[in-house]
Formats: sequence, structure tokens, C-alpha cells
Amino acid sequence: MSAVLPEHPEFLWRNPDPRRSYEVVIVGGGGHGLATAYYLARNHGITNVAVLERGWLAGGNMARNTTIIRSNYLWDESAAIYEHALKQWEALPEELDYDFLFSQRGVLNLAHTPQDVREGVRRVNANQLNGVDAEWLNPDQVKEFCPIVDISPGVRYPVLGATLQPRAGIAKHDHVAWAFARTADEHGIDLIQDCEVTGFLRDGDKILGVQTTRGPIMADRIGLAAAGHTSVLAGLAGLRLPLQSHPLQALVSELLEPVHPCVVMSNHVHVYVSQAHKGELVMGAGVDPYNSYAQRGSVHVIERQMAAALELFPIFARAHVIRTWGGIVDVTPDASPIIGATPLANLFVNCGWGTGGFKATPASGWVYAHTLATGRAHPLNEPFALERFTTGALIDEHGAAAVAH
Amino acid sequence: MLLIPCPWCGDRDETEFHYGGQAHVAYPQSPDALSDAQWAEYLFVRDNPKGEFAERWCHNAGCRRWFNLVRDTATHQIVVQR
Repeated sequence: MSAVLPEHPEFLWRNPDPRRSYEVVIVGGGGHGLATAYYLARNHGITNVAVLERGWLAGGNMARNTTIIRSNYLWDESAAIYEHALKQWEALPEELDYDFLFSQRGVLNLAHTPQDVREGVRRVNANQLNGVDAEWLNPDQVKEFCPIVDISPGVRYPVLGATLQPRAGIAKHDHVAWAFARTADEHGIDLIQDCEVTGFLRDGDKILGVQTTRGPIMADRIGLAAAGHTSVLAGLAGLRLPLQSHPLQALVSELLEPVHPCVVMSNHVHVYVSQAHKGELVMGAGVDPYNSYAQRGSVHVIERQMAAALELFPIFARAHVIRTWGGIVDVTPDASPIIGATPLANLFVNCGWGTGGFKATPASGWVYAHTLATGRAHPLNEPFALERFTTGALIDEHGAAAVAH
Repeated sequence: MLLIPCPWCGDRDETEFHYGGQAHVAYPQSPDALSDAQWAEYLFVRDNPKGEFAERWCHNAGCRRWFNLVRDTATHQIVVQR
């Protein structure tokens, strides 16, 4: 028996014990934390870095998202940071020497009402002015691009057109995390799992380090990258942030023959669908309305999402739901992230990505690494500072871009 | 789906309700006197605990009245009606 078992694959990273101090400590070993570690090494030559993860690497929202990557946001600030991410996605498979199945198969955002059409056309124009690839498709062109979409006029929410971003697509999320982790580890960065932060070491308003379940760790700069649990962590430092944590659910079907050539999103009926390389249909919904940390949501949200998907794709009628799950997303009042300094010296936050964090992973890591390395914001994350809630310079992506990220 | 005890109608499905977020957030006594930071705190910052949370619900598809609950955000258990 043992003769036929394959060799254990190579480990992609070490499993080190924490040292007493580091130049930079990142709290949270998900996609954004790992990307930040990688770019600290790549862009700034800083490798005296630890990533602390309370569970296992990339076991939170990085394992739970619907893997959609696009940059067709309305506002300049958003388009800039997400387009920077998309450019990195295009370069990363070679740069990290890891084929994480990044597939630029195109994303359609459907319009179902005259107002959807106006907003879609406006967004296409805004995207083109910002150098983001975008096209407006009429219903026949939608049908040509994605033959399984029902464009007949008699349905409850008829397809009146769609925006198309051809360079958008999907990637294999776990492999993205492993690619960042392997390269960060090769640079000597310590990825420390099973290490929960339980408090902060401080001198007045200056943060000196973190208390963890594996002992105290000192650091010159500390960056939180803990998504849905950011409020809990910040609370340990006495910091209140404009965040609310909600469940966000998704589901997959059984493995099916390739039928769905692209990604289809619809804000109006709140569903987004793609087909993974293996063959599962992957669908996501909107957030559950109530605050939660339970990593599960209510079934009527799934039911509504399935009803919408069925009307758009009658061919899915015989597909079965195999798994549903939920992640916890941290949502800000303007649905844009918060990246930058806090009122406490040496403590930085990267949070509030809400339902759209996966696509931003490389840019989030890029600008957060810059912020942690220099103590100042990168031009791309300057508009996303915590102060915008006091100054009023919000980046209101609610309804402006696709709500269902 | 949550089963929510409306104080006037009894236990009803979550789909009959609208969520209202944190309870007991009072409108500032003298809004003109607030600094920008205080105004931002009132407008944008709410508690976000992992654990018990006092929150508002409106029974939209029933009596249409607002009421408060304490619910545990880690377990979804409704702890007490207030």
C-alpha cells in the first residue's frame, strides 16, 4: 500500500517560532497580510517581518470569496487602486513563479432597468477616462459574449444591456495566498500560525508591540490586516473604527461541463456567477443585514440569490447546491477601505474592504507595505485615510460601482 | 434564518423585519456645538462587538413598530428583549 502513495509535496513555507522583536509585525495571515509581507520584501527590502495568524494561513475570507477580479469602479480613487491591482495580477504569476490560474475571461455587469443602463454607460465612460478597459454591450452582444444568459424581454428583470471589462476574470484564491506565502518565506519573513494577538504593549499613545498567545512580540510598526475581526483587535487598543461586520455568503454547485464562459454580475438582483476551472458554478450574494461574527448567514439570502440566478440562467435549473458558506466582512459607511495611520503611533490599519477585498489583494499589499515601510501613505491609499470620515471626503462606492463586489 | 420575537406580534421569521443597527444612539443634544470629529463619531462610528449587542429591528411586514433586542453576534442567540 505505502509503495503507491505519492511523496509528500514540498512544504511551501517554514513554521517558525516567533522571535522577540521585528521591524514590522502584520496581524492577520490572509491574502492582504501575506501580500503586504511580500511587497515589504520586494519593494522596500524589509524582511525582518512577522505575519501573525490566529488560525492557519488564508483560512478566513481568502478561503471564502468568489475569486472575482475586476477594476471597473466609478470613482477615480477606486479605479486607480483596483486598476493597480489588476496590473499586478497580470504580472504576478510570472513574478511569483506560481500558476494560480488567473483567467481574464471578462466580467459582465448586467443592467435591468433604465437607471441601471444610465449608470452602466456612465461607469463605462468614467472607466475609459481612467484608462480602465470597459465597453457597453446591448442585449444581443451580451448573448453573444455569454450565450447562456436569458435576454428575452418577458422575464421579471429583463437584460437591457451590460458593461464588459474584458481584462477582468477569476483566479484560484488558495493558490494566490500560497504563492505570496512561499515567496515571503523565501525572503526570510516569519509566517507564524496559531498565534492570536490578545493585547497591545504600549507607552501612552505609542504602540510598542503585541501580546500574543505565544508571548509578547515587539515591533517598530504594527499593521492590522484582520478583515472582519478588525474592530475586535482595534478594541484591544481602545480604538473605535467606522466598521460593521456582516456575514457574506456564497455557494457552489456540483462539477459540471464547461457551460459558462465568463463572469456575470447583477447588482439589481444581487447575484454573481462564474464557473471554476474544475467545473463548479460559483455564486455569491449580498451581505446579511445584521452584524455578525458567526461565519454563517440566513438561508433566505441564498434562496433569493438562487431565484435570481435561475431567471438569468434557465440552464442552471437542474444544478444542485453542494456547499454554502459565509465569511465575515467589515463594511465602512462609504463601502471603501480604510488604509493608513491611526491616532496611535506605530499602529496602522488596512480594513473595511467589505465585500470586495480579494480583487484588491496585490494593490492592498503594495500600498500597505509602502505605508508600513515609510510611515506615510502611498499616493494610491492617501484618499483612503481614516480622516476622510471627519473631513467628509468620502469615496462613496455604494451603488456607484457594483454593490455586489 | 433568525426567529425574532416581536414584542407585539410574537416570534416571526427574520424576513418580516428590517434591521436598524445599534440601539440607544441618541441624537446629539446640541449639534452646533460638536467638533468635526465628534460629528463624525455620531454619524459614522458604531459599536461592533463580537458578543452581546443591543440592536434595533422594525417589524416591517407586521405591526411596523421599532423595538430593541440584545443578540449575541458570535452565536446569533437572542439573549434578551429590551
